[in-house]
Amino acid sequence: MLDADFFHRWMTATAALVDREAAHLTELDSAIGDADHGSNLQRGFAAVSAALEKEPPQTPGAVLMLAGRQLISTVGGASGPLYGTLLRRTGKALGDGAAVTPGELAQALGAGVAAVAQLGGAQAGDKTMLDALLPAAEALGTSFDAGREAARAGAVATVPLQARKGRASYLGERSIGHQDPGAASSALLIEALAETAASDGGDA
Amino acid sequence: MSADGQVGIVLVSHSGPVAEAVAELARGLAAGGATAPVAAAGGTPAGGLGTSAELIARAAREVDGGAGVAVLVDLGSAVLTVKAMLAEGDELPDGARLVDAPFVEGAVAAVVTASAGGDLDAVAAAASEAYDYRKV
Repeated sequence: MLDADFFHRWMTATAALVDREAAHLTELDSAIGDADHGSNLQRGFAAVSAALEKEPPQTPGAVLMLAGRQLISTVGGASGPLYGTLLRRTGKALGDGAAVTPGELAQALGAGVAAVAQLGGAQAGDKTMLDALLPAAEALGTSFDAGREAARAGAVATVPLQARKGRASYLGERSIGHQDPGAASSALLIEALAETAASDGGDA
Repeated sequence: MSADGQVGIVLVSHSGPVAEAVAELARGLAAGGATAPVAAAGGTPAGGLGTSAELIARAAREVDGGAGVAVLVDLGSAVLTVKAMLAEGDELPDGARLVDAPFVEGAVAAVVTASAGGDLDAVAAAASEAYDYRKV
């Protein structure tokens, strides 16, 4: 079972990964976006860590709801409301139990990903964060490692795609050949999840 | 709090100067009497390009006189942030609505309509109708 502490550590691990990869994310975003994805997410997840530290929520759902709220209010770019919605809806779907199973998390994340798709009006293949999150949410039903691999593969698979949503879509064919920064950061979120599970001494 | 009965308008842009200038333009073109309350929420609190949920919430509270608040936005994160704030439920005043409209033309139409005493439906409709005005 995964408790509030597990979710807290997942968010902290995400903040650390985003911190480490911020320059890379911004580099990806400078190719087809407005070159602020790394710093925006860095600011957002730093705020998430600080808020969780200040008043640690007692349930998995509450951890994600608080994290999502912080992202919406501090990021400043489109990734704020998108990641914020992802985490809030996932947290909401988890309900108010003290602990959840990995299967319940996978299912809740699926609901969160669907909410992101609705908010942004994007679908699979549009070269967005969904291209990492959709396969990840599905593979997480099998194991955390499978989720990590699916997210990573999904992010890499955005390279040959033409962007149909967001700032990169204005570039048309020139968006082809670059990895989508949102898909790359989404893969980090799932990687942090797998890392957190692994540090617990086992996979689901 | 604004004058009673008038719909408030919030203009959300990635850029502080753009939001301020469009607000000024809309007020100027609506002049002739007292204009409806308009607040700009542009850029980040630090003055950079981006969208700030904090500035949007503050602007909405500032223009809310109880008759509703029409929120007009420009691009990308401005659209998504307002949608996410509305989904959140308690971030914006009751009666706040994201209006689907071109930013500059919609702002002028919204402020003129609100200043003339139009309700939120009328303001939203006037702003959206700005999409129908073809330039060529």
